Amino acid sequence: MISIRGLTKIYHTKLNQIKAVDDLDLDVKKGEIFGVIGYSGAGKSTFIRLMNRLENPTSGKIMIDEEEITALSKDQLRVSRQGIGMIFQHFNLLWSRTVHENIAFPLEIAGVPKAERIKRVDELIDLVGLSGRGDAYPSQLSGGQKQRVGIARALANNPKVLLCDEATSALDPETTDSILNLLVDINQKLGLTIILITHEMHVIRKICHRVAVMEAGKVVEQGDVLDVFLHPKLPVTKRFVEQVMGDREQDDALDKITQSYTTGKVVRLHFVGEITNQAIISTVAKQFDVQANILQGKITQTQKGAYGTLFVHFDGEESEIQKAIDFITSTSVKVEVGLHD
Amino acid sequence: MIKQLFPNANWNELWIASYETLYMTIISLVGTFVLGILLGLLLYLTTKNGIWENKILHVIVSATVNILRAIPFIILIILLLPFTDFLVGSIRGPNAALPALIIGAAPFYGRLVEVSLREVDKGVIEAASAMGAKTRTIIFKVLLPESMPGLVSNLTVTGIALIGYTAIAGVIGAGGLGDFAYYYGFQRRATDVVFICTVLIVLIVFIFQFTGDWITNKLDKR
Repeated sequence: MISIRGLTKIYHTKLNQIKAVDDLDLDVKKGEIFGVIGYSGAGKSTFIRLMNRLENPTSGKIMIDEEEITALSKDQLRVSRQGIGMIFQHFNLLWSRTVHENIAFPLEIAGVPKAERIKRVDELIDLVGLSGRGDAYPSQLSGGQKQRVGIARALANNPKVLLCDEATSALDPETTDSILNLLVDINQKLGLTIILITHEMHVIRKICHRVAVMEAGKVVEQGDVLDVFLHPKLPVTKRFVEQVMGDREQDDALDKITQSYTTGKVVRLHFVGEITNQAIISTVAKQFDVQANILQGKITQTQKGAYGTLFVHFDGEESEIQKAIDFITSTSVKVEVGLHD
Repeated sequence: MIKQLFPNANWNELWIASYETLYMTIISLVGTFVLGILLGLLLYLTTKNGIWENKILHVIVSATVNILRAIPFIILIILLLPFTDFLVGSIRGPNAALPALIIGAAPFYGRLVEVSLREVDKGVIEAASAMGAKTRTIIFKVLLPESMPGLVSNLTVTGIALIGYTAIAGVIGAGGLGDFAYYYGFQRRATDVVFICTVLIVLIVFIFQFTGDWITNKLDKR
């Protein structure tokens, strides 16, 4: 659906030139929520602004739905932009217009007749859960409500793609979650392709199907969100995964925890995918003659199943513990056994 | 009682003078609004990284505005006398004051418009262009409505300056309260008339300020 080839953006300053986006190749499938994550300065913001040519690329090609965005004239681009929705970190609503009028704005631009406009805006207000707030001004709304208006406005002309420029970065965690749920909801209801950029791995984890990690203008790692969570290759990706999982501390801890138990075994269980939903610990405790004591851990849900680790202390007969570990190994859960010195 | 306090006051003539002052101020304010918005938009749009970035045009408009603002108003009136004569067909009376008033106030207002436009959130303009808005749409549906409270409160400031200008224009016989005060007060030493004219001008200024503030507050939804 979206294919990007050799996309490059160079900014010239007085002293030197900066490659904000450097020879970037990317493919996004239809109906997918694609996340781009990177620290500030990684070029992700420039990247998303190149997508609808708010910035013009220095070179490279962007195709959206068979249409070569990078080859369009100014007039063609204007029409094409009506099919690309965008939401922003700071919402960018017109404060002089009510919620209703803000959502109607892109429809006015597209030349939709007034009666139809009113009908469509009412639908959108319902869709984003702002019923009854149509006559409020943006200054009377909370941050989350403002972003809902932003989303409704971006969806007004039934776009093919929704670009999200740090859409939740200005919101508190709870509001972030409700906005992310709304995006997933829209993605499922309308089959809308969503490209979002963020610096929060939490956002990627919660709603994205696939993720690309950007560093210094390049995509350094990409893949299914679960894969990237499980096997982060580069240090930058590992750090992002740790944002959600806090893995590094636990890495240090496995052998340390083991030292504090003189009997039994401390194991680390890696959960991947749906198995997490089964009651594996209680099954083990029932089937084998072992005491299972959960020491610490973290399980998290992604769009394609759960991922996480648990530290469990098994106590009992050596042979029973081994049977229990063998049983867990036979499922999709990976087992790591802590060693005494 | 009033007769004793103000022996020289001719209330009928004072009324006519007040009317002339209001007439000159309001008509020139309308002209200043239109011309000032045009100048302000040109300055804003042609600036560096603006929508119509154009260095030459920006320098020309900017220089014109600066020069017109640098000329003291009393001198501007005299400089514009031939132009006024050509345009209005006379150099006396309230109508003859209008060209000088507008040309004197519009550059001042234009600069204030430019400042108001610059305060419009860049993100909102960006959002509009991301929706596929034409420049015309951005001007009339984003830039002007979003800066409207600023435009109105600056127009109030300009309007009050214009009331002062009409008094100066009175010196060359434009009519109005300034002319009246100068003629009766200065030339005939009727201090009571000067006092009444002052009170009337202050009153008009207050009404302008009050109306301007009221409209600004009504418009401001921030």
